[in-house]
Amino acid sequence: MMLSRVAERMYWFGRYIERTENTARLLNVNTSLMLDLPKVKFIWGSLIDITGSQPAFSARFQVEDERNVVKFLLDDPSGSIKNSVEMARENVRTTREVMPNETWEKVNALKLFVDSHMADGLKRDGRHQFLKEVLRACHEITGYLAGSMSNNEAYNFIKIGRNLERADMTTRIIDVGVLNLTKDDHPEIQEYENILWNNVLRSSTAYQMYRQHVKDRVNGEDVCDFMINDEVFPRSVVHCLKEVQSCFETLPNPDQPLRSLAHTQRMVAGSDVIVLLNEGKLHQYIDEIQEDLAEIHDQLVQSWFLHDAAEVTHETAKA
Amino acid sequence: MKLDYKNTPNSFDELFTPTGRARQGLSELTGFLRKMSTGNLNQRQRNAEMTIRTMGITFTVYSQGENIDREWPFDIIPRTIMKKEWDRVQQGLVQRLTALNHFINDVYNDQKIIKDKVVPGDLLKSSANFRKECVGITPQFGVWAHICGSDLIRDSDGTMHVLEDNLRVPSGVSYMLENRNISKRVLPELFESYNIQPMDNYPTQLFDTLSSISPYPADFPEVVVLTPGIFNSAYFEHSFLAQRMGAELVEGSDLVVGDDDCVYMKTVAGLSRVDVIYRRIDDMFLDPEVFYKDSALGVNGLMRAWKKGNVGLANAPGAGVADDKVVYTYVPDMIRYYLGEDPILPNVPSFKCEDKSQRQHVLENLENLVVKPANESGGYGMYIGPRENRRTTAEMKRRIKANPRNYIAQPIINLSTVPTLCDNSIEPRHVDLRPFILQSDRSFVTAGGLTRVALVKGSLVVNSSQGGGSKDTWIIEEKGS
Repeated sequence: MMLSRVAERMYWFGRYIERTENTARLLNVNTSLMLDLPKVKFIWGSLIDITGSQPAFSARFQVEDERNVVKFLLDDPSGSIKNSVEMARENVRTTREVMPNETWEKVNALKLFVDSHMADGLKRDGRHQFLKEVLRACHEITGYLAGSMSNNEAYNFIKIGRNLERADMTTRIIDVGVLNLTKDDHPEIQEYENILWNNVLRSSTAYQMYRQHVKDRVNGEDVCDFMINDEVFPRSVVHCLKEVQSCFETLPNPDQPLRSLAHTQRMVAGSDVIVLLNEGKLHQYIDEIQEDLAEIHDQLVQSWFLHDAAEVTHETAKA
Repeated sequence: MKLDYKNTPNSFDELFTPTGRARQGLSELTGFLRKMSTGNLNQRQRNAEMTIRTMGITFTVYSQGENIDREWPFDIIPRTIMKKEWDRVQQGLVQRLTALNHFINDVYNDQKIIKDKVVPGDLLKSSANFRKECVGITPQFGVWAHICGSDLIRDSDGTMHVLEDNLRVPSGVSYMLENRNISKRVLPELFESYNIQPMDNYPTQLFDTLSSISPYPADFPEVVVLTPGIFNSAYFEHSFLAQRMGAELVEGSDLVVGDDDCVYMKTVAGLSRVDVIYRRIDDMFLDPEVFYKDSALGVNGLMRAWKKGNVGLANAPGAGVADDKVVYTYVPDMIRYYLGEDPILPNVPSFKCEDKSQRQHVLENLENLVVKPANESGGYGMYIGPRENRRTTAEMKRRIKANPRNYIAQPIINLSTVPTLCDNSIEPRHVDLRPFILQSDRSFVTAGGLTRVALVKGSLVVNSSQGGGSKDTWIIEEKGS
């Protein structure tokens, strides 16, 4: 039976690898988008909004320009790729005994790479290569685990971490897309609407799958609906929640976490994204989803990670 | 490469005879070294270092208030011992640990060895590792030290001596195993031409030893490794062993002792009973109820559970009583006393400062002696005569006089040497050897052990925290046997 402490570290390992991957993709897609939008100035700041790190960023930087934002997302002591990789590594380092052997080697190699190539990542001409390598390493780790780790409790906790992080990121990417397009003080952005929605899709590797699924041209309504409600796209909110559900169901005493998960699933199923978008209420709706994700996190911490010594009695001991 | 190899005067070389020929059975290794170009050997050394880097094989050094993870230093040229000699060493190590376990069980119970005046009674009174809390207990099979790491050195005649027995929480076995993995990767052709004894069965043997002390022998035992945590210098090893044994790696906070005096770990499904704990924390931190009150590393009530026989602890608390430099000097006597046998492996000749005439000899010859405090490990507090100055020598004299029981002295042994890759040449460097011995109702000795090498020319200090490196150790079976 899995130790609570180990389960917690698996969960965070899953989250941090996913966060690393998401941040790398976000930077890569936006570096390329910037070249398509020479007239638009504020795009870099939105990356700080997406990652929810506005306070940390403002504490260190004043201007939301390319240099500062990239520096923050790559190299800052908190909330950067460097930090996520370090945290992922620390979580494996303390749980090496439950993971297939090479997991540690691969995560350690990723950290060594990030540390030694940081200078390339900060420069525009080296960035693509740097981020591509980070993405490749994340995929390698995820793929290696999928191919060599039993689908046991440890694996389920990694998967829960990955999917909650992923659902959270998807909602943030949509949110920023919505906010950017509704900012009145930047009317010039409207002419790039199509490019921006494309960018939202690319930030979630959703472009191709979206094109196959939605035959219409790329438009905000369909993009938001696809990224929240598509049943089979691995980064859609609905799909991530389904994955989390399947993991919860394999674990002991899952009632509370399953209950708060079901609450979110019902809310998502009962909402019409297109109507909400057109009524200007999508931002508020996304806030609600994010609060729910936080609640699911709290519930799983309560159920599986915390054990009070006071509860040790003969009865519970036999459980 | 051209081998311009000169043996160090007064040191036994493990590979070459004083006339520069390969020792018996080892000509293929020397031939291999001659055949390789310098570039090729250096390349293999770099490959080994790269492997260590990516595998994250590290050790922790505590320095200037900080823990620093360093990569494990490794030299690709192996240290070799012929199997025929090793078989005898193995017997000697088992003999020794058997006697030591008899001794520990005796001192916590009848103390016959003291009553029979083989060892003096005040030896225990002044021992820092005697735990009065353990008096009257006999663990399973009467065995207290289940895992022992003994340090062996070879003197200038080539005789193997035991330098010390580590009975508390000996470490290094994971590096021994990793060294083998690396050398198989970088020197594959030599593994084809020699019959080298495999060593990777250690984790299985360790698991079997631990399982054998479970209070519930009929069940599949729940074995855990108890670590002080990530900041401990041997954390790499704790995690490594847990992984290889398929055991949980737990910290003190993961465990609780229930009101039934059984030990439980906190799992995602609630509490689950633990049967055997391979503890890698020192006695004094094990249980705040009994030992250090503010230890955050231990588990409240662990001693209670152990005394009631509800959990197996390896090594047993109090086993360190035999891990004392003064007790060490009596081990040959113990072997004769408990087993009625002659010791197979000799001690390093030692002077006990508590004995008046021996103390006099020590005080008069300090410049040529090594002085060791009784209860330290890792080379701390050691005095090495020829390297000291007048001030430190005077200080040492004062300490010996103030607390003679706490010191022993030994002549300086010129450790044996092994050819070692140094930039662009191969030079002799001094080595020791730490094999690991397991004991419960059966005994097991690793095929070889961890060879530590002093990488600095002429140095006799092999500790990794002080410029030491390591080598793979090959126990080679003689051809045609």
